[in-house]
Amino acid sequence: MAKDISTGYEPLTSIEAVTSGLSTVGYISTREISTSVFLAHGLRKPILIEGPAGVGKTDLAQSLAKWLNLPVLRLQCYEGLDEGKALYEWKYGKQLLYTQILKEKLNELIGSADNLSQSLGKLASFEDLFFSEQFLESRPLLTAMQQPAGSVLLIDEIDKSDEEFEAFLLEVLSDYQVTVPEIGTIRANVPPIVILTSNNVRELGDALKRRCLHLHIGFPDAARERLIVQARVPDVAETLLKQLVSFVQGVRETDVKKRPSISETVDWARTLLLMHASALDENFVRSTLNVLLKHESDIAAVSKEIPRLVREAAGPDKAGRTSSGYPDLG
Amino acid sequence: MERTLTNFIRALRSSEVRVSTGEALDATRAVALIGYADRSLLKESLGCVLAKSEQEKQVHDRLFDLYFSHSESTPKSDSSADESQTADGEGQPAPENLVELMQSGDEAAISTAMERAAEAAGIDDIRFSTQVAYYAQQIIKQMGGEGLQERLLEALQGRSPESDAEAQDLIDIRRDLTMRARERAERAFDVFGAGETQQFRDDFAAEKRLNALDRYDMERMKTLIAKIAKRLAVKHSRRRKKRNRGQLDVRRTMRANAGLDGVPFNVIWRQKKKDRPKIVAICDVSGSVAQYVRFLLLLLYSLADAVPDIHAFAFSHRLKPVDDILADNEFEQAMTKIIRELGMGSTDYGQAWSDLKVNHESIIDRRTTVIVLGDGRSNYGDPRADLFREFAQRAKSMIWLNPEGRPLWGTGDSAIPRYLPFCTQMSHVATLKDLERAVDEVLSAYG
Repeated sequence: MAKDISTGYEPLTSIEAVTSGLSTVGYISTREISTSVFLAHGLRKPILIEGPAGVGKTDLAQSLAKWLNLPVLRLQCYEGLDEGKALYEWKYGKQLLYTQILKEKLNELIGSADNLSQSLGKLASFEDLFFSEQFLESRPLLTAMQQPAGSVLLIDEIDKSDEEFEAFLLEVLSDYQVTVPEIGTIRANVPPIVILTSNNVRELGDALKRRCLHLHIGFPDAARERLIVQARVPDVAETLLKQLVSFVQGVRETDVKKRPSISETVDWARTLLLMHASALDENFVRSTLNVLLKHESDIAAVSKEIPRLVREAAGPDKAGRTSSGYPDLG
Repeated sequence: MERTLTNFIRALRSSEVRVSTGEALDATRAVALIGYADRSLLKESLGCVLAKSEQEKQVHDRLFDLYFSHSESTPKSDSSADESQTADGEGQPAPENLVELMQSGDEAAISTAMERAAEAAGIDDIRFSTQVAYYAQQIIKQMGGEGLQERLLEALQGRSPESDAEAQDLIDIRRDLTMRARERAERAFDVFGAGETQQFRDDFAAEKRLNALDRYDMERMKTLIAKIAKRLAVKHSRRRKKRNRGQLDVRRTMRANAGLDGVPFNVIWRQKKKDRPKIVAICDVSGSVAQYVRFLLLLLYSLADAVPDIHAFAFSHRLKPVDDILADNEFEQAMTKIIRELGMGSTDYGQAWSDLKVNHESIIDRRTTVIVLGDGRSNYGDPRADLFREFAQRAKSMIWLNPEGRPLWGTGDSAIPRYLPFCTQMSHVATLKDLERAVDEVLSAYG
């Protein structure tokens, strides 16, 4: 085995350590999430996270890096993404510029040669000069391999990339090495923790799935969602927090096109806070519903349900009593 | 413990969770990290190593509970007491031991012995529910059931009050034992056999004639169609770009190399984007064909991921679009409604074509594949092959799925020979497999 290099992954000693570590940077983990992170490190495998948009897939990578104090390298996938954008590229411009500047020097050197084959030999010896790491523009994948203390590599929305790119990723993900033909193979001394996210736009290939641990993050239950909102919007009052979370949970159960996710709950909590609300109220909800729901038809559908949902959110102890802890909206 | 894991993986495989060797190794390593002590932790860990989709995860969780429920009472490493109790009865335990064991009421010891016997009987090879009784017998035999039987016979011949009482005890023990063994064998079947039996039945159903299906099959067909749809969607949702090598895209090449002084380092070739599939299904819903229509529409609508652009029309006498009915209702209800609304008239293909021409002509363009499902029996009316020809020329392709076999084409009132020359393809569709093949071909044409 390779000699012990000090890495940034030391805090990953147990599942509990992961949970508590993530909570110090404001990420409320579940045991399932912590288990996968722990296993990903233990087995040196990437994690493939699936789930609806806005439930904290990308955030997990960011928080993990923040906690471990490691750089996070983000590769946003899109249709047409290729190796040049993901791995490395030669700095053509710089190469050209240098050749131009060094033109005379080159002429001098080559000019001193007696015959053609000698000058060719000399020219060939410069080649390595121009295809060295100095002229290598490293992109996220390569950069992640080069981090001395490890890193968190976030490959976001892998489902948006093309099939060929997925196949190309296989080499990188299984051996943590990349091959640059002109230089050779670059191997990561400390493999990065790799997190791939997918919104299931298309079905991923089996080969990629097999190389990853699979984690599905769904919508959180009320207790966890309260913790998350509290961590993100600490100023929100206890009663409001409870009511707004159970309201959102109620909305998720109705038949809407796009169910509100955690990020929307957090945004909504911020909005309500800005409006100095201390408890949920029908008028408040009606005027801020567009923060929570992003489709016209969804807003229309939920608007009808508002009285019921607010009543349920207020809880049985408050049934029949309207709260009035808000300034007049007129 | 290794064996426990490999058997569990085998059980997963038989229930259509594809576990590769690499993943199996990962599972071993994960277990080494996590340990067997915390069951729910083990479940989560194995789930994230072995199951690679939501659906697989569900299967995994169900099997995990089934499979590890019987190991619950047999923590083999830390139950030395149980070990010693059964160790002397290795192989063929003496009947006294079995009777004692059963009478002791020591659940842990009994299930340990049961596990041993089950393993010796090779219970993990169980495949069909009909084997449950056989394996239960084998387990009892391995536990020394024959000896028990002999003792029971002796006691019955004893003809004394004591031996009568003993016989009664032994009968109770035997009943208890049989029950436990059956339970064990049934559980093994759930874990190892159920998946394969399901597979076997699915294969059978896929080859059965569609109009010969009964109510019981319908439910199975629905899950089967969902599976087929998924398979087709995966196959055809891949975005493939066709590269036309040799055709330089001058504009994009110049733009890409503007920063390099116009020296074309990065050469960009023209690309052909593949067409998005657009399907128009025209279905004859008169009595004889309605059953087939049900499956075709169900399959097409399950394909929504791969084919967002589907339109369906139904007719027997007059032709009408049925997209709205399908969108607003549960599928079964929608079908009933369609058949009630449109399926009652006497079949008239000519009328249907002219309705299509008058009201929905613009729906067919050069990207459209038209799928006609019908027997072409038009009650001797004018088949309006001229209109059909017009549609065929305008569409990308015209596929006719015919529930009748080739020998019947053109017999009686069948107008098939009039349409045949204009069809890209006319095929006989009798089973779900045929249907899958036909839809697969349609989608492949867009590759």
